[in-house]
Amino acid sequence: MVEFTLPKNSRMVTGKTWPKPDGAKNTKKVQVYRWNPDDGKNPRLDTYFVDLDTCGPMVLDALIKIKTDIDPTLTFRRSCREGICGSCAMNIDGVNTLACISGLDEAKGDIKIYPLPHMPVVKDLIPDLTHFYAQHASIMPWLETKTNAPAKEWKQSIEDREKLDGRYECIMCACCSTSCPSYWWNSDRYLGPAALLAAHRWIVDSRDEATGERLDDLEDPFKLYRCHTIMNCAKACPKGLNPAKAIAEIKHMMVERIV
Amino acid sequence: MAYMTDRKRAAGMGSAKSGTQHHWHMMISSVALAGLIPLFIFTFGSIYGAPYEDVVAYYQRPFPAIVALLTIAVGFIHFRGGVQTLIEDYVHGTAKKVAIIAMICLSYTAAAAGVLAVASLAL
Repeated sequence: MVEFTLPKNSRMVTGKTWPKPDGAKNTKKVQVYRWNPDDGKNPRLDTYFVDLDTCGPMVLDALIKIKTDIDPTLTFRRSCREGICGSCAMNIDGVNTLACISGLDEAKGDIKIYPLPHMPVVKDLIPDLTHFYAQHASIMPWLETKTNAPAKEWKQSIEDREKLDGRYECIMCACCSTSCPSYWWNSDRYLGPAALLAAHRWIVDSRDEATGERLDDLEDPFKLYRCHTIMNCAKACPKGLNPAKAIAEIKHMMVERIV
Repeated sequence: MAYMTDRKRAAGMGSAKSGTQHHWHMMISSVALAGLIPLFIFTFGSIYGAPYEDVVAYYQRPFPAIVALLTIAVGFIHFRGGVQTLIEDYVHGTAKKVAIIAMICLSYTAAAAGVLAVASLAL
């Protein structure tokens, strides 16, 4: 049976409230999930006050400022700071998104930051994405061909290339999959919206010659058909993609094969 | 703790090579119910609250009786498929199989009771 409550050692407790920066007049209250696997304590919600007059405009800027000026033990992933690497995916004010493209001014009041939901936590805001990446690898995200490779390149028409739009732009941040209730309950067997979006990207690629095998691999009550078109994936995607539509198109192709 | 690679864990037991038939049957029954439910509401609503003899006379006509029979039969077939998916979502292990068997028994029993009730009115 799925677990609707957190285990005892995962329940949140009140954390430390850090003092306001000296002389700061324009501050924002930021509450951050903290959990350290080494101290044996329950996760807590620490409260920080960020001086907006000396901080950049984004939530990632606030996290970096907290780590630099207030609490160097705060742990999170970040890299490109412009929404292309997907590293800083986290749950900000109840929405899975990228901290680097979320403005501090988008939240009206205090900001609460948690790691991506329903994933094992490595530390603080860092989820363990090992299984998520392995699921992506399982859909064979590469060109599969049987014909001998051409002398120059595999040709593709402009129209066929356009079929990949809205599919190839995924940055694998996991915002979609971790917002999906079906993925929460059945991620051991359901591939989730990110992997299925990638699968669809290769299924509709005019150069790929493994369409049948790819559909065969997805023909499963759990791998594919746990998607109930809840649409949280499309709402959460920070790149504006629509994995639910891609999954619906895979289902449509499945029906085309039998009817 | 099982020592297996991440890829093996993700692949699991591979594809069951099924699922599309269930999806297609749910689509068919959905489309059928989209037509049947309004017809059932229209026919059943027009006689709702009438005296017993009038209801029996009404359901001895073929159209309302067939609409009621089809709505009950298709409705419970759709119910069976939908609740099976719901159970698969939330219940795991042996309890899942037990719940699915119980739900299928319940669905067909309810469908049979409904069909018998309409048949006893119509015949």
